[in-house]
Amino acid sequence: MLWTKKDLLGLEYLTAEEINIILDTAESFKEVSTREIKKVPALRGKTAVNLFYEPSTRTRVSFEVAAKRLSADVINIAAETSSVRKGETLIDTGKNIQALKADIIIMRHSCSGAANMLARSLDISVVNAGDGWHEHPTQALLDIFTLKEKLGKIEGLNVAIVGDIAHSRVARSNIWGLTKLGAKVTLCAPEMLLPPGIALTGAKTSSDLEAVLKNADAVNVLRMQFERDENAAFPEQLDYFKKFGITEEKLEKAKKNILVMHPGPINRGIEMSSGVADGRNSVILDQVTNGIAVRMAVLFLVSQARETKQGI
Amino acid sequence: MSILIKNGRVIDPANKLDGVLDVFIQDNKISRVAQKIQVSAETIIDAKNKIVIPGIVDMHVHLREPGREDKETVSSATTAAAKGGITTVLAMPNTQPAMDSSKNVELLQSIINKDAKINVQICGTLSRGRLGQELSEIISLKKAGVRALSDDGSSLDNDLLMLEALKQARSAGLLAICHCEDKSLSGKGVINLGFNSTRLGLRGISNASEYKRVQRDVELSRQSGCPVHIAHVSCRESVEIIAQAKQKGYPITSETAPHYFALTEDELLGYDSNMKMNPPLRSKEDLTVIIRGLKDGIIDVIASDHAPHTENEKDIEFERAEFGVVGLETELSVSITELIDKGFLNWPELVKKLCLNPARILGLNRGSLTVGDLADLAIISDQSSWVVEKAGLVSKSRNSAFLGRSLKGLVDYTICNGTIVYQR
Repeated sequence: MLWTKKDLLGLEYLTAEEINIILDTAESFKEVSTREIKKVPALRGKTAVNLFYEPSTRTRVSFEVAAKRLSADVINIAAETSSVRKGETLIDTGKNIQALKADIIIMRHSCSGAANMLARSLDISVVNAGDGWHEHPTQALLDIFTLKEKLGKIEGLNVAIVGDIAHSRVARSNIWGLTKLGAKVTLCAPEMLLPPGIALTGAKTSSDLEAVLKNADAVNVLRMQFERDENAAFPEQLDYFKKFGITEEKLEKAKKNILVMHPGPINRGIEMSSGVADGRNSVILDQVTNGIAVRMAVLFLVSQARETKQGI
Repeated sequence: MSILIKNGRVIDPANKLDGVLDVFIQDNKISRVAQKIQVSAETIIDAKNKIVIPGIVDMHVHLREPGREDKETVSSATTAAAKGGITTVLAMPNTQPAMDSSKNVELLQSIINKDAKINVQICGTLSRGRLGQELSEIISLKKAGVRALSDDGSSLDNDLLMLEALKQARSAGLLAICHCEDKSLSGKGVINLGFNSTRLGLRGISNASEYKRVQRDVELSRQSGCPVHIAHVSCRESVEIIAQAKQKGYPITSETAPHYFALTEDELLGYDSNMKMNPPLRSKEDLTVIIRGLKDGIIDVIASDHAPHTENEKDIEFERAEFGVVGLETELSVSITELIDKGFLNWPELVKKLCLNPARILGLNRGSLTVGDLADLAIISDQSSWVVEKAGLVSKSRNSAFLGRSLKGLVDYTICNGTIVYQR
């Protein structure tokens, strides 16, 4: 099976085979970051453009490092300092970047579906770095890569995802990826943060963190965003930490070697205590390292697919 | 001018006609409807193997003029309507300025007198500027000739004000058309609330935001005695509430739009903003109940809710795109494809939904082929297929939910007030 897609928009759109292709490719790229000269020429002469409509350090820098380790040229566009402020539309921005003969646009946008929309309007590759509440595929891929690396497999694993599931693109991408690869996913959140119909993905839901942690092989803890302008019901901060915050105390009732994950940045003392963030179960920094390998794989694969289509 | 239409299958439920008959039009009126009419006529149309129906009365159309002539004008919209077999439209009042005063109504009427290709009736607003704070001068709107009142696009939130509005509408003998939406529930929603809104990461619009307001407007209709017409019914609970209201004898009528019996929320999975409208496309269960509602007579009317928007307002990020789709040119074909061909309605029933019932509800002498009435009719090749494409649409805006789809039924001729206003 080959990778044939010029874009990566979300894990909902991939088969298990396609996800495994990315993971396998990431495996081979992981070694590059351990060399003295962290470079391979795979994307030499290609131009990758980071088009970020939302602020980001972690994801943007991670993509930039990944692209550079593949020898690509990288351009960073932050929307607030670009013509977007003059009212330029998304499609126009994309077409202009395409006209500069860039090869890949890596986009983060606040509107769900923005990457889908851009991808169908352009011939060049679009990699979704997070669109609204919809998907953050490379985050889920690096989460899954980390699980596989530490636990040897995905199938049959009990993975808990804790936090604001309703508004989380990281949660959605993880749910798709994990269920497609045969993991048993449990979503743990206050009722008001579980979105409609989510059980139709095959994931289970629960508001009892203790029960969920007891059986979990890994817990992926999402960042809680309390600064919102929604009228919708939202939990109170301290109350949330008490019920859903991951603390050493709560982990005592979990499996001894449960993996604790977080997409970052961590709100210490809100979704997770400092002790847990820095503790023996945490693989949070491994996730960051693996993010480079996974993103190198994604950039490489979409670039290849485009070349194959063009008959190069 | 005299026109003789021969050999067509004439469907006119008002006069209980369904059979191969000739129609003779003279001096702009229906002169005779009978078998094998022998008469000399200036124009003879052979309608063999075609369907002849009264001109469609579309009671929910956004003409956008005055104010947004970039989206559509009276001229372009009525041209599109004629192509769709429609001979009367009710112009919704959310224009700029809104139809909330006799002065504004007169402005629109003068545009209609100059540019309209078919009959255009005007709907006034319930509240000033549709802001839901003060009532319009309903009596002077009536005097200026409005046919109905609506704040369509919005719903009047204040119950007391709405009750007062309905009382005044009733005194003036005007129908109230209600866009039923509780904005405190629908909020910033952009598609149907459910698994699809979850998987797409979009804010959802619940069925409750519609049916709770239907409940309220039905109750206020009962209290005021004012006839209330529920606009664009989209969900099963609304159908149920309307059914019960009718059973109790309340003066309630209702309409749905073709997209609610043709399409479901699954159309949104690709983030296509040409599938974005308010109320949104709903679930398969809702669609099934809508069709049953049409069949059982709970939903009286099919109206397009033709809502043109420019490409700049549609071809952008999904949640930022305007709500609404055009529908004048596809209304009849979608109805044939989804209702007639699938066996849900027969032709006389469909003609009631498209022509007769809306005319009756608006108190217009249209929607039938009654001898002596002005001649509005459409001749249709109901077996012909066509593919909806932007290039083929004549309305100024092309934001159709049916782009790329194959539909059944093409209008060959549309006659309005005895004159051919469209010929294929």
